[in-house]
Amino acid sequence: MPDATGLELIAQELGEQMPESITGTSFQRGRAELQAAPATLHDVIAQLQDKGYTMVMSVHGCDYWPEEPRLGVIYELLDMERVDRITVKVRVTAEEPHVPTIIDLFAGADFDERETYDMFGVIFDGHPDLRRILMPEDYEGHPQRRDFPVGGEPVLFTYNEARSYGKDQ
Amino acid sequence: MSATSDYRRREESITLSAEPAAGETSTELLTLNIGPHHPATHGVLRLITTLQGEVVRDVKPIIGYVHTGIEKTAEDKSYWKAIPVIERMDYVSYYFNAMAYCGAVEQLLGVEVPPRAQYLRIIHLELNRLMSHLVWLGTSMLDLGAISMFWYAFREKERILDLFEYSSGQRMHTRYFQVGGVMEDIPAGFAAKVRQFLKDMPTRADQYADLLEKNEIVLQRLRDTCTVDKKTLLQLGVTGPLLRAAGVPWDLRKAAPYCSYDHFDFKVPIGTVGDNYDRYRVRHAELYESVKIIEQALDGLPEGPFITTDRKVALPPRHELATSMEALIHHFKLVTEGFRVPPGEAYYPIESPRGELGCFVRADGSGKPARVHMRDPSFHNLQATAPMVEGYYIADLIAALAMIDPILGGVDR
Repeated sequence: MPDATGLELIAQELGEQMPESITGTSFQRGRAELQAAPATLHDVIAQLQDKGYTMVMSVHGCDYWPEEPRLGVIYELLDMERVDRITVKVRVTAEEPHVPTIIDLFAGADFDERETYDMFGVIFDGHPDLRRILMPEDYEGHPQRRDFPVGGEPVLFTYNEARSYGKDQ
Repeated sequence: MSATSDYRRREESITLSAEPAAGETSTELLTLNIGPHHPATHGVLRLITTLQGEVVRDVKPIIGYVHTGIEKTAEDKSYWKAIPVIERMDYVSYYFNAMAYCGAVEQLLGVEVPPRAQYLRIIHLELNRLMSHLVWLGTSMLDLGAISMFWYAFREKERILDLFEYSSGQRMHTRYFQVGGVMEDIPAGFAAKVRQFLKDMPTRADQYADLLEKNEIVLQRLRDTCTVDKKTLLQLGVTGPLLRAAGVPWDLRKAAPYCSYDHFDFKVPIGTVGDNYDRYRVRHAELYESVKIIEQALDGLPEGPFITTDRKVALPPRHELATSMEALIHHFKLVTEGFRVPPGEAYYPIESPRGELGCFVRADGSGKPARVHMRDPSFHNLQATAPMVEGYYIADLIAALAMIDPILGGVDR
Protein backbone atom coordinates (compact mmCIF):
# COMPACT_ATOMS: atom_id res chain seq x y z
CA MET A 1 0.00 0.00 0.00
CA PRO A 2 1.24 3.52 -0.62
CA ASP A 3 1.28 5.47 2.65
CA ALA A 4 -1.09 8.38 3.26
CA THR A 5 1.34 10.87 1.71
CA GLY A 6 1.97 8.65 -1.30
CA LEU A 7 -1.74 8.35 -1.90
CA GLU A 8 -2.19 12.14 -1.82
CA LEU A 9 0.68 12.54 -4.29
CA ILE A 10 -0.89 10.04 -6.69
CA ALA A 11 -4.27 11.75 -6.32
CA GLN A 12 -2.75 15.16 -6.97
CA GLU A 13 -0.85 13.98 -10.00
CA LEU A 14 -3.93 12.35 -11.52
CA GLY A 15 -5.99 15.45 -10.71
CA GLU A 16 -3.50 17.67 -12.52
CA GLN A 17 -3.50 15.48 -15.62
CA MET A 18 -7.28 15.08 -15.68
CA PRO A 19 -9.17 17.83 -13.85
CA GLU A 20 -12.08 16.60 -11.74
CA SER A 21 -11.10 12.96 -12.16
CA ILE A 22 -10.41 12.35 -8.45
CA THR A 23 -13.22 13.28 -6.11
CA GLY A 24 -11.57 12.21 -2.88
CA THR A 25 -9.15 9.92 -1.11
CA SER A 26 -9.38 7.75 1.94
CA PHE A 27 -6.64 6.10 3.94
CA GLN A 28 -7.93 3.75 6.57
CA ARG A 29 -6.13 0.89 8.35
CA GLY A 30 -3.47 0.71 5.67
CA ARG A 31 -5.96 0.66 2.81
CA ALA A 32 -5.35 3.39 0.23
CA GLU A 33 -8.41 4.33 -1.75
CA LEU A 34 -8.91 6.79 -4.60
CA GLN A 35 -12.44 7.94 -5.32
CA ALA A 36 -12.83 8.60 -9.03
CA ALA A 37 -15.54 10.20 -11.13
CA PRO A 38 -17.30 7.62 -13.35
CA ALA A 39 -16.65 9.61 -16.55
CA THR A 40 -12.86 9.52 -16.11
CA LEU A 41 -12.56 6.08 -14.50
CA HIS A 42 -11.13 4.43 -17.61
CA ASP A 43 -8.34 7.03 -17.86
CA VAL A 44 -7.60 6.84 -14.13
CA ILE A 45 -7.11 3.07 -14.33
CA ALA A 46 -4.96 3.50 -17.46
CA GLN A 47 -2.78 6.10 -15.68
CA LEU A 48 -2.40 3.86 -12.62
CA GLN A 49 -1.42 0.97 -14.88
CA ASP A 50 1.31 3.18 -16.33
CA LYS A 51 2.50 3.83 -12.78
CA GLY A 52 2.95 0.10 -12.29
CA TYR A 53 -0.41 -1.00 -10.89
CA THR A 54 -0.86 -3.28 -13.88
CA MET A 55 -3.04 -6.00 -12.38
CA VAL A 56 -6.72 -5.44 -11.62
CA MET A 57 -7.12 -8.27 -9.14
CA SER A 58 -10.78 -7.76 -8.43
CA VAL A 59 -13.71 -5.66 -9.59
CA HIS A 60 -16.68 -5.88 -7.32
CA GLY A 61 -19.77 -3.93 -6.43
CA CYS A 62 -21.04 -2.65 -3.14
CA ASP A 63 -24.42 -1.16 -2.27
CA TYR A 64 -24.26 1.84 0.09
CA TRP A 65 -28.04 2.15 0.40
CA PRO A 66 -29.54 4.35 1.88
CA GLU A 67 -26.57 6.66 1.10
CA GLU A 68 -26.55 8.39 -2.28
CA PRO A 69 -25.15 7.74 -4.84
CA ARG A 70 -25.85 4.29 -3.62
CA LEU A 71 -23.91 1.91 -5.87
CA GLY A 72 -20.16 1.58 -5.70
CA VAL A 73 -17.77 -0.28 -7.98
CA ILE A 74 -14.44 -1.10 -6.39
CA TYR A 75 -11.26 -1.92 -8.30
CA GLU A 76 -8.43 -3.62 -6.40
CA LEU A 77 -5.21 -2.81 -8.26
CA LEU A 78 -1.92 -4.56 -7.68
CA ASP A 79 1.66 -3.69 -8.54
CA MET A 80 3.54 -6.98 -8.73
CA GLU A 81 6.98 -5.36 -8.90
CA ARG A 82 6.73 -3.32 -5.71
CA VAL A 83 4.05 -5.57 -4.14
CA ASP A 84 1.77 -2.63 -3.62
CA ARG A 85 -1.99 -2.35 -3.75
CA ILE A 86 -4.30 0.58 -4.38
CA THR A 87 -8.07 0.73 -4.52
CA VAL A 88 -10.15 2.81 -6.91
CA LYS A 89 -13.81 3.37 -6.16
CA VAL A 90 -16.56 4.95 -8.25
CA ARG A 91 -20.04 5.76 -7.02
CA VAL A 92 -23.08 5.84 -9.31
CA THR A 93 -26.80 6.21 -8.73
CA ALA A 94 -29.24 3.37 -9.23
CA GLU A 95 -31.05 5.44 -11.86
CA GLU A 96 -27.94 6.10 -13.97
CA PRO A 97 -25.66 3.15 -13.19
CA HIS A 98 -23.17 3.71 -16.01
CA VAL A 99 -19.45 3.01 -15.63
CA PRO A 100 -16.99 2.63 -18.52
CA THR A 101 -15.60 -0.86 -19.02
CA ILE A 102 -11.90 -1.55 -18.45
CA ILE A 103 -11.79 -4.77 -20.47
CA ASP A 104 -9.56 -3.15 -23.07
CA LEU A 105 -7.04 -2.34 -20.31
CA PHE A 106 -7.29 -5.62 -18.43
CA ALA A 107 -8.97 -8.60 -20.10
CA GLY A 108 -9.40 -10.42 -16.79
CA ALA A 109 -12.06 -7.94 -15.69
CA ASP A 110 -14.56 -9.59 -18.05
CA PHE A 111 -16.19 -12.03 -15.60
CA ASP A 112 -15.91 -9.51 -12.77
CA GLU A 113 -17.84 -6.84 -14.63
CA ARG A 114 -20.47 -9.34 -15.66
CA GLU A 115 -20.87 -10.39 -12.04
CA THR A 116 -21.18 -6.78 -10.86
CA TYR A 117 -23.80 -6.18 -13.53
CA ASP A 118 -25.63 -9.34 -12.52
CA MET A 119 -25.61 -8.63 -8.79
CA PHE A 120 -25.98 -4.83 -8.70
CA GLY A 121 -27.22 -3.76 -12.11
CA VAL A 122 -24.22 -1.57 -12.87
CA ILE A 123 -23.96 -1.16 -16.64
CA PHE A 124 -20.41 -1.24 -17.98
CA ASP A 125 -20.49 0.85 -21.15
CA GLY A 126 -18.46 -0.75 -23.92
CA HIS A 127 -18.44 -4.28 -22.48
CA PRO A 128 -18.88 -6.58 -25.49
CA ASP A 129 -20.84 -9.31 -23.74
CA LEU A 130 -22.62 -7.87 -20.70
CA ARG A 131 -24.92 -10.72 -19.72
CA ARG A 132 -25.88 -12.28 -16.41
CA ILE A 133 -23.22 -14.70 -15.26
CA LEU A 134 -24.34 -16.35 -12.01
CA MET A 135 -28.11 -15.84 -11.99
CA PRO A 136 -30.40 -17.39 -14.65
CA GLU A 137 -30.65 -15.27 -17.78
CA ASP A 138 -34.38 -14.63 -17.32
CA TYR A 139 -33.98 -13.51 -13.69
CA GLU A 140 -35.45 -10.16 -12.69
CA GLY A 141 -33.73 -7.84 -10.28
CA HIS A 142 -30.22 -7.57 -8.90
CA PRO A 143 -30.01 -9.70 -5.78
CA GLN A 144 -27.01 -8.18 -4.00
CA ARG A 145 -28.69 -4.79 -3.67
CA ARG A 146 -29.44 -4.06 -0.05
CA ASP A 147 -33.17 -3.55 -0.63
CA PHE A 148 -33.51 -6.90 -2.40
CA PRO A 149 -35.15 -9.21 0.12
CA VAL A 150 -33.45 -12.33 1.43
CA GLY A 151 -35.90 -15.12 1.00
CA GLY A 152 -36.71 -18.39 -0.58
CA GLU A 153 -36.39 -18.88 -4.27
CA PRO A 154 -39.33 -20.98 -5.47
CA VAL A 155 -38.29 -24.37 -6.80
CA LEU A 156 -39.75 -24.94 -10.22
CA PHE A 157 -42.24 -27.76 -10.54
CA THR A 158 -44.86 -28.27 -13.17
CA TYR A 159 -47.60 -26.88 -10.96
CA ASN A 160 -45.90 -23.54 -10.26
CA GLU A 161 -43.90 -23.10 -13.45
CA ALA A 162 -46.37 -20.60 -14.87
CA ARG A 163 -46.12 -18.43 -11.76
CA SER A 164 -42.33 -18.31 -11.55
CA TYR A 165 -40.15 -15.31 -12.21
CA GLY A 166 -39.60 -14.31 -15.79
CA LYS A 167 -43.04 -15.51 -16.79
CA ASP A 168 -45.90 -13.17 -17.59
CA GLN A 169 -48.37 -13.13 -14.75
CA MET B 1 -31.06 -65.84 -43.47
CA SER B 2 -28.92 -65.95 -40.32
CA ALA B 3 -28.18 -62.84 -38.27
CA THR B 4 -24.49 -62.86 -39.18
CA SER B 5 -24.92 -62.88 -42.92
CA ASP B 6 -27.57 -60.14 -42.68
CA TYR B 7 -25.02 -58.00 -40.88
CA ARG B 8 -22.40 -58.69 -43.55
CA ARG B 9 -24.86 -57.77 -46.28
CA ARG B 10 -25.67 -54.44 -44.61
CA GLU B 11 -22.00 -53.77 -43.98
CA GLU B 12 -21.29 -53.96 -47.69
CA SER B 13 -23.77 -51.18 -48.35
CA ILE B 14 -21.76 -48.65 -46.27
CA THR B 15 -19.84 -46.29 -48.50
CA LEU B 16 -17.12 -43.94 -47.44
CA SER B 17 -17.83 -41.35 -50.12
CA ALA B 18 -18.90 -38.73 -47.52
CA GLU B 19 -15.52 -38.85 -45.80
CA PRO B 20 -13.02 -36.18 -46.85
CA ALA B 21 -10.31 -37.50 -49.12
CA ALA B 22 -6.80 -37.92 -47.72
CA GLY B 23 -5.05 -34.58 -47.21
CA GLU B 24 -8.27 -32.61 -47.38
CA THR B 25 -9.29 -31.08 -44.05
CA SER B 26 -12.80 -30.30 -43.02
CA THR B 27 -13.66 -26.63 -42.51
CA GLU B 28 -17.07 -27.33 -41.08
CA LEU B 29 -17.50 -26.16 -37.49
CA LEU B 30 -19.39 -28.19 -34.94
CA THR B 31 -20.73 -26.76 -31.68
CA LEU B 32 -20.59 -29.27 -28.87
CA ASN B 33 -22.08 -28.78 -25.44
CA ILE B 34 -20.12 -30.37 -22.59
CA GLY B 35 -21.79 -30.48 -19.20
CA PRO B 36 -23.14 -29.08 -16.92
CA HIS B 37 -23.28 -32.63 -15.57
CA HIS B 38 -20.15 -34.30 -16.79
CA PRO B 39 -17.52 -36.09 -14.71
CA ALA B 40 -14.66 -34.31 -16.44
CA THR B 41 -15.89 -30.81 -15.60
CA HIS B 42 -15.05 -31.17 -11.86
CA GLY B 43 -18.40 -29.88 -10.73
CA VAL B 44 -21.31 -28.24 -12.46
CA LEU B 45 -19.55 -26.42 -15.28
CA ARG B 46 -20.89 -26.15 -18.80
CA LEU B 47 -18.58 -25.64 -21.75
CA ILE B 48 -19.81 -24.64 -25.17
CA THR B 49 -17.06 -25.75 -27.49
CA THR B 50 -16.65 -25.03 -31.17
CA LEU B 51 -14.83 -27.83 -32.91
CA GLN B 52 -13.27 -28.18 -36.30
CA GLY B 53 -12.93 -31.89 -36.64
CA GLU B 54 -11.24 -32.80 -33.37
CA VAL B 55 -9.57 -29.43 -32.89
CA VAL B 56 -11.00 -26.92 -30.45
CA ARG B 57 -11.47 -23.50 -32.03
CA ASP B 58 -13.36 -21.78 -29.23
CA VAL B 59 -14.68 -22.57 -25.78
CA LYS B 60 -17.08 -20.59 -23.66
CA PRO B 61 -17.51 -21.55 -20.02
CA ILE B 62 -21.06 -21.11 -18.68
CA ILE B 63 -21.19 -20.90 -14.89
CA GLY B 64 -23.72 -20.20 -12.17
CA TYR B 65 -25.23 -23.66 -11.73
CA VAL B 66 -24.20 -23.89 -8.07
CA HIS B 67 -24.74 -20.23 -7.22
CA THR B 68 -26.16 -20.31 -3.72
CA GLY B 69 -25.96 -16.63 -2.80
CA ILE B 70 -23.48 -17.10 0.05
CA GLU B 71 -22.37 -13.46 -0.17
CA LYS B 72 -25.99 -12.38 0.31
CA THR B 73 -26.54 -14.88 3.12
CA ALA B 74 -23.47 -13.58 4.97
CA GLU B 75 -25.00 -10.08 5.06
CA ASP B 76 -27.80 -11.47 7.19
CA LYS B 77 -25.61 -13.09 9.83
CA SER B 78 -23.47 -11.64 12.58
CA TYR B 79 -19.75 -11.57 11.82
CA TRP B 80 -18.78 -14.78 13.54
CA LYS B 81 -21.87 -16.68 12.39
CA ALA B 82 -21.02 -15.89 8.77
CA ILE B 83 -17.85 -18.02 8.96
CA PRO B 84 -19.58 -21.39 8.40
CA VAL B 85 -21.35 -20.26 5.22
CA ILE B 86 -18.23 -18.56 3.87
CA GLU B 87 -16.23 -21.76 4.42
CA ARG B 88 -18.59 -23.51 2.03
CA MET B 89 -17.68 -21.28 -0.94
CA ASP B 90 -14.58 -23.09 -2.18
CA TYR B 91 -15.51 -26.37 -0.55
CA VAL B 92 -12.13 -28.07 -0.98
CA SER B 93 -10.09 -25.32 0.67
CA TYR B 94 -12.35 -24.30 3.53
CA TYR B 95 -9.62 -23.17 5.90
CA PHE B 96 -8.53 -20.63 3.30
CA ASN B 97 -11.99 -19.13 2.95
CA ALA B 98 -12.23 -18.74 6.70
CA MET B 99 -8.70 -17.29 6.84
CA ALA B 100 -9.42 -14.63 4.20
CA TYR B 101 -12.67 -13.62 5.88
CA CYS B 102 -11.30 -13.61 9.43
CA GLY B 103 -8.26 -11.70 8.23
CA ALA B 104 -10.44 -8.99 6.70
CA VAL B 105 -12.58 -8.70 9.84
CA GLU B 106 -9.47 -8.63 12.07
CA GLN B 107 -8.08 -5.84 9.92
CA LEU B 108 -11.28 -3.85 10.40
CA LEU B 109 -11.33 -4.50 14.15
CA GLY B 110 -7.63 -3.93 14.61
CA VAL B 111 -7.34 -7.17 16.58
CA GLU B 112 -3.94 -8.71 17.16
CA VAL B 113 -3.81 -12.46 16.57
CA PRO B 114 -1.57 -14.23 19.14
CA PRO B 115 1.50 -16.01 17.72
CA ARG B 116 0.30 -19.47 18.76
CA ALA B 117 -2.95 -18.92 16.88
CA GLN B 118 -1.02 -17.82 13.79
CA TYR B 119 1.10 -20.97 13.88
CA LEU B 120 -1.94 -23.18 14.43
CA ARG B 121 -3.58 -21.46 11.48
CA ILE B 122 -0.55 -22.13 9.30
CA ILE B 123 -0.49 -25.82 10.28
CA HIS B 124 -4.12 -26.19 9.25
CA LEU B 125 -3.82 -24.03 6.14
CA GLU B 126 -0.90 -26.08 4.85
CA LEU B 127 -2.59 -29.38 5.71
CA ASN B 128 -5.55 -28.07 3.74
CA ARG B 129 -3.29 -27.13 0.84
CA LEU B 130 -1.91 -30.69 0.83
CA MET B 131 -5.45 -32.05 0.95
CA SER B 132 -6.62 -29.79 -1.88
CA HIS B 133 -3.66 -30.74 -4.07
CA LEU B 134 -4.29 -34.43 -3.35
CA VAL B 135 -7.94 -34.10 -4.41
CA TRP B 136 -6.74 -32.33 -7.54
CA LEU B 137 -4.06 -34.97 -8.25
CA GLY B 138 -6.47 -37.87 -7.83
CA THR B 139 -9.34 -36.44 -9.85
CA SER B 140 -7.25 -34.95 -12.64
CA MET B 141 -5.44 -38.21 -13.22
CA LEU B 142 -8.82 -39.91 -13.20
CA ASP B 143 -9.74 -37.63 -16.10
CA LEU B 144 -6.67 -38.86 -17.94
CA GLY B 145 -7.72 -42.45 -17.33
CA ALA B 146 -5.44 -43.35 -14.42
CA ILE B 147 -7.78 -44.70 -11.78
CA SER B 148 -5.17 -46.12 -9.36
CA MET B 149 -3.75 -42.64 -8.76
CA PHE B 150 -7.16 -41.65 -7.43
CA TRP B 151 -7.08 -44.33 -4.70
CA TYR B 152 -3.53 -43.48 -3.62
CA ALA B 153 -4.21 -39.73 -3.44
CA PHE B 154 -7.46 -40.20 -1.55
CA ARG B 155 -5.76 -42.57 0.92
CA GLU B 156 -3.53 -39.68 2.05
CA LYS B 157 -6.39 -37.21 1.81
CA GLU B 158 -8.38 -39.30 4.30
CA ARG B 159 -5.50 -39.16 6.77
CA ILE B 160 -5.56 -35.36 6.57
CA LEU B 161 -9.32 -35.31 7.09
CA ASP B 162 -8.81 -37.50 10.16
CA LEU B 163 -6.34 -34.92 11.48
CA PHE B 164 -8.93 -32.17 10.94
CA GLU B 165 -11.44 -34.27 12.83
CA TYR B 166 -8.93 -34.69 15.64
CA SER B 167 -8.37 -30.96 16.08
CA SER B 168 -11.89 -29.64 15.51
CA GLY B 169 -14.39 -32.49 15.53
CA GLN B 170 -15.29 -32.14 11.85
CA ARG B 171 -13.70 -33.64 8.77
CA MET B 172 -14.80 -30.90 6.41
CA HIS B 173 -15.98 -27.31 6.89
CA THR B 174 -14.55 -27.35 10.36
CA ARG B 175 -15.12 -23.71 11.35
CA TYR B 176 -11.85 -23.94 13.25
CA PHE B 177 -10.73 -20.40 12.49
CA GLN B 178 -12.30 -17.75 14.63
CA VAL B 179 -12.03 -13.98 14.41
CA GLY B 180 -8.99 -13.27 16.59
CA GLY B 181 -7.47 -16.74 16.55
CA VAL B 182 -8.68 -20.33 16.44
CA MET B 183 -11.59 -22.05 18.14
CA GLU B 184 -9.63 -24.36 20.45
CA ASP B 185 -6.10 -25.35 21.19
CA ILE B 186 -4.93 -28.53 19.47
CA PRO B 187 -5.66 -31.65 21.54
CA ALA B 188 -2.96 -33.79 23.15
CA GLY B 189 -1.41 -36.14 20.61
CA PHE B 190 -2.31 -34.02 17.60
CA ALA B 191 1.25 -32.89 17.01
CA ALA B 192 2.53 -36.47 17.15
CA LYS B 193 -0.10 -37.62 14.66
CA VAL B 194 0.74 -34.77 12.29
CA ARG B 195 4.45 -35.59 12.54
CA GLN B 196 3.74 -39.20 11.70
CA PHE B 197 1.80 -38.11 8.65
CA LEU B 198 4.55 -35.67 7.62
CA LYS B 199 7.08 -38.49 7.83
CA ASP B 200 5.10 -40.55 5.32
CA MET B 201 3.96 -37.79 2.99
CA PRO B 202 7.23 -37.07 1.08
CA THR B 203 7.64 -40.82 0.43
CA ARG B 204 4.08 -40.96 -0.87
CA ALA B 205 4.72 -37.96 -3.10
CA ASP B 206 7.81 -39.72 -4.46
CA GLN B 207 5.66 -42.72 -5.24
CA TYR B 208 3.12 -40.56 -7.10
CA ALA B 209 5.95 -39.18 -9.20
CA ASP B 210 7.22 -42.69 -9.95
CA LEU B 211 3.75 -43.74 -10.96
CA LEU B 212 3.04 -40.76 -13.20
CA GLU B 213 6.27 -39.36 -14.53
CA LYS B 214 7.41 -42.61 -16.10
CA ASN B 215 3.99 -43.25 -17.58
CA GLU B 216 4.13 -42.68 -21.31
CA ILE B 217 0.39 -41.98 -21.57
CA VAL B 218 0.46 -39.30 -18.88
CA LEU B 219 3.53 -37.69 -20.43
CA GLN B 220 1.98 -37.64 -23.90
CA ARG B 221 -1.24 -36.13 -22.59
CA LEU B 222 0.50 -33.42 -20.55
CA ARG B 223 3.76 -32.48 -22.26
CA ASP B 224 3.59 -29.55 -24.69
CA THR B 225 -0.18 -29.36 -24.52
CA CYS B 226 -2.17 -26.21 -23.82
CA THR B 227 0.87 -23.98 -23.43
CA VAL B 228 0.10 -20.38 -22.51
CA ASP B 229 2.72 -17.68 -22.05
CA LYS B 230 2.85 -15.62 -18.89
CA LYS B 231 1.81 -12.37 -20.58
CA THR B 232 -1.61 -13.79 -21.52
CA LEU B 233 -2.08 -15.26 -18.05
CA LEU B 234 -1.22 -11.98 -16.34
CA GLN B 235 -3.63 -10.10 -18.60
CA LEU B 236 -6.41 -12.46 -17.52
CA GLY B 237 -5.69 -12.08 -13.82
CA VAL B 238 -4.65 -15.72 -13.44
CA THR B 239 -2.76 -16.46 -10.21
CA GLY B 240 -1.55 -19.45 -8.26
CA PRO B 241 0.07 -22.62 -9.62
CA LEU B 242 -1.15 -21.83 -13.16
CA LEU B 243 0.81 -18.58 -13.21
CA ARG B 244 3.81 -20.12 -11.47
CA ALA B 245 3.87 -22.92 -14.07
CA ALA B 246 4.42 -20.24 -16.73
CA GLY B 247 7.51 -19.06 -14.85
CA VAL B 248 6.26 -16.16 -12.71
CA PRO B 249 7.44 -16.65 -9.12
CA TRP B 250 4.38 -14.96 -7.60
CA ASP B 251 3.26 -16.36 -4.28
CA LEU B 252 1.59 -14.12 -1.72
CA ARG B 253 3.11 -16.18 1.10
CA LYS B 254 6.51 -14.88 -0.05
CA ALA B 255 5.58 -11.60 -1.73
CA ALA B 256 3.35 -10.16 0.99
CA PRO B 257 3.63 -12.49 4.00
CA TYR B 258 0.54 -12.67 6.19
CA CYS B 259 -0.08 -14.74 9.32
CA SER B 260 3.72 -14.94 10.00
CA TYR B 261 4.55 -16.91 6.84
CA ASP B 262 7.83 -14.97 6.83
CA HIS B 263 9.04 -17.10 9.79
CA PHE B 264 9.31 -20.17 7.60
CA ASP B 265 11.85 -21.39 5.13
CA PHE B 266 10.26 -22.73 1.96
CA LYS B 267 10.65 -22.47 -1.79
CA VAL B 268 8.22 -21.38 -4.47
CA PRO B 269 8.33 -23.97 -7.28
CA ILE B 270 7.98 -22.50 -10.76
CA GLY B 271 7.67 -24.01 -14.22
CA THR B 272 9.47 -23.15 -17.43
CA VAL B 273 7.19 -23.28 -20.47
CA GLY B 274 3.70 -23.24 -18.97
CA ASP B 275 2.26 -26.42 -20.44
CA ASN B 276 0.06 -28.94 -18.66
CA TYR B 277 3.09 -30.90 -17.48
CA ASP B 278 4.50 -27.81 -15.73
CA ARG B 279 1.16 -27.25 -14.02
CA TYR B 280 1.31 -30.78 -12.72
CA ARG B 281 4.95 -30.47 -11.65
CA VAL B 282 4.43 -27.17 -9.81
CA ARG B 283 1.59 -28.55 -7.71
CA HIS B 284 3.45 -31.78 -7.08
CA ALA B 285 6.49 -29.84 -5.86
CA GLU B 286 4.26 -27.77 -3.60
CA LEU B 287 3.37 -30.94 -1.70
CA TYR B 288 6.94 -31.12 -0.38
CA GLU B 289 7.05 -27.41 0.47
CA SER B 290 3.84 -27.60 2.50
CA VAL B 291 5.26 -30.53 4.44
CA LYS B 292 8.36 -28.44 5.21
CA ILE B 293 6.25 -25.52 6.46
CA ILE B 294 4.14 -27.70 8.76
CA GLU B 295 7.26 -29.34 10.23
CA GLN B 296 8.77 -25.93 11.00
CA ALA B 297 5.50 -24.67 12.47
CA LEU B 298 5.26 -27.69 14.78
CA ASP B 299 8.90 -27.27 15.86
CA GLY B 300 8.51 -23.58 16.60
CA LEU B 301 4.95 -23.63 17.94
CA PRO B 302 4.93 -20.81 20.51
CA GLU B 303 3.25 -21.07 23.87
CA GLY B 304 0.48 -18.69 24.77
CA PRO B 305 -3.19 -18.09 24.11
CA PHE B 306 -4.80 -19.59 21.01
CA ILE B 307 -7.25 -16.73 20.61
CA THR B 308 -7.13 -13.03 21.35
CA THR B 309 -7.80 -12.03 24.95
CA ASP B 310 -10.01 -9.17 23.76
CA ARG B 311 -13.28 -10.15 25.42
CA LYS B 312 -15.27 -7.95 23.05
CA VAL B 313 -14.33 -10.24 20.16
CA ALA B 314 -13.62 -13.71 21.55
CA LEU B 315 -15.67 -15.77 23.97
CA PRO B 316 -14.36 -15.89 27.56
CA PRO B 317 -13.06 -19.26 28.78
CA ARG B 318 -15.86 -21.51 29.97
CA HIS B 319 -14.69 -21.71 33.62
CA GLU B 320 -14.88 -17.94 34.04
CA LEU B 321 -18.64 -17.96 33.47
CA ALA B 322 -19.24 -19.57 36.87
CA THR B 323 -17.37 -16.92 38.82
CA SER B 324 -17.29 -13.70 36.83
CA MET B 325 -20.37 -11.59 36.10
CA GLU B 326 -18.43 -9.63 33.49
CA ALA B 327 -17.47 -12.80 31.63
CA LEU B 328 -21.11 -13.85 31.65
CA ILE B 329 -22.18 -10.52 30.13
CA HIS B 330 -19.51 -10.76 27.44
CA HIS B 331 -20.54 -14.31 26.66
CA PHE B 332 -24.20 -13.31 26.46
CA LYS B 333 -23.52 -10.31 24.21
CA LEU B 334 -21.29 -12.29 21.86
CA VAL B 335 -23.67 -15.20 21.51
CA THR B 336 -26.79 -13.11 21.01
CA GLU B 337 -25.70 -10.04 19.09
CA GLY B 338 -22.11 -10.76 18.20
CA PHE B 339 -19.47 -8.05 18.15
CA ARG B 340 -19.79 -4.76 16.33
CA VAL B 341 -17.18 -3.73 13.80
CA PRO B 342 -16.32 -0.05 13.27
CA PRO B 343 -17.31 1.25 9.80
CA GLY B 344 -14.78 0.71 7.07
CA GLU B 345 -13.70 -1.54 4.23
CA ALA B 346 -10.99 -4.13 3.98
CA TYR B 347 -9.60 -6.40 1.26
CA TYR B 348 -7.52 -9.26 2.61
CA PRO B 349 -5.69 -11.35 -0.01
CA ILE B 350 -4.13 -14.74 0.78
CA GLU B 351 -2.56 -17.49 -1.32
CA SER B 352 -5.05 -20.32 -1.63
CA PRO B 353 -4.16 -23.60 -3.41
CA ARG B 354 -5.59 -22.04 -6.58
CA GLY B 355 -4.25 -18.49 -6.40
CA GLU B 356 -5.12 -15.18 -4.83
CA LEU B 357 -8.14 -15.53 -2.60
CA GLY B 358 -9.18 -12.07 -1.48
CA CYS B 359 -12.00 -11.23 0.85
CA PHE B 360 -13.62 -7.82 0.74
CA VAL B 361 -15.66 -6.89 3.79
CA ARG B 362 -17.53 -3.66 4.30
CA ALA B 363 -18.59 -2.86 7.86
CA ASP B 364 -21.27 -0.26 8.59
CA GLY B 365 -20.88 -0.23 12.37
CA SER B 366 -23.54 -2.84 13.06
CA GLY B 367 -23.14 -6.46 14.13
CA LYS B 368 -23.52 -7.81 10.61
CA PRO B 369 -21.26 -7.29 7.59
CA ALA B 370 -22.76 -4.88 5.03
CA ARG B 371 -21.00 -6.62 2.17
CA VAL B 372 -18.82 -9.70 1.84
CA HIS B 373 -17.20 -10.44 -1.48
CA MET B 374 -14.78 -13.21 -2.24
CA ARG B 375 -12.32 -12.77 -5.09
CA ASP B 376 -12.15 -16.45 -5.88
CA PRO B 377 -9.13 -17.61 -7.91
CA SER B 378 -11.09 -20.33 -9.76
CA PHE B 379 -13.52 -17.69 -11.05
CA HIS B 380 -10.69 -15.74 -12.66
CA ASN B 381 -8.61 -18.76 -13.70
CA LEU B 382 -11.56 -20.13 -15.65
CA GLN B 383 -11.26 -17.19 -18.03
CA ALA B 384 -7.98 -18.69 -19.23
CA THR B 385 -9.68 -21.83 -20.55
CA ALA B 386 -10.15 -20.46 -24.07
CA PRO B 387 -6.56 -19.25 -24.64
CA MET B 388 -5.30 -22.54 -23.18
CA VAL B 389 -7.16 -24.92 -25.43
CA GLU B 390 -7.59 -23.07 -28.71
CA GLY B 391 -5.87 -25.04 -31.45
CA TYR B 392 -5.48 -28.20 -29.37
CA TYR B 393 -7.44 -31.45 -29.51
CA ILE B 394 -10.61 -31.95 -27.53
CA ALA B 395 -8.81 -34.58 -25.42
CA ASP B 396 -6.36 -31.85 -24.40
CA LEU B 397 -9.33 -29.72 -23.32
CA ILE B 398 -10.15 -32.34 -20.69
CA ALA B 399 -6.53 -32.41 -19.53
CA ALA B 400 -6.36 -28.61 -19.43
CA LEU B 401 -9.54 -28.36 -17.41
CA ALA B 402 -8.14 -30.88 -14.95
CA MET B 403 -4.95 -28.82 -14.64
CA ILE B 404 -6.84 -25.54 -14.12
CA ASP B 405 -8.41 -27.23 -11.06
CA PRO B 406 -11.54 -25.10 -10.84
CA ILE B 407 -13.75 -25.61 -7.79
CA LEU B 408 -17.21 -24.65 -8.94
CA GLY B 409 -18.43 -23.92 -5.44
CA GLY B 410 -15.88 -21.14 -5.34
CA VAL B 411 -16.63 -19.98 -8.87
CA ASP B 412 -20.36 -19.61 -8.31
CA ARG B 413 -20.36 -18.91 -4.55
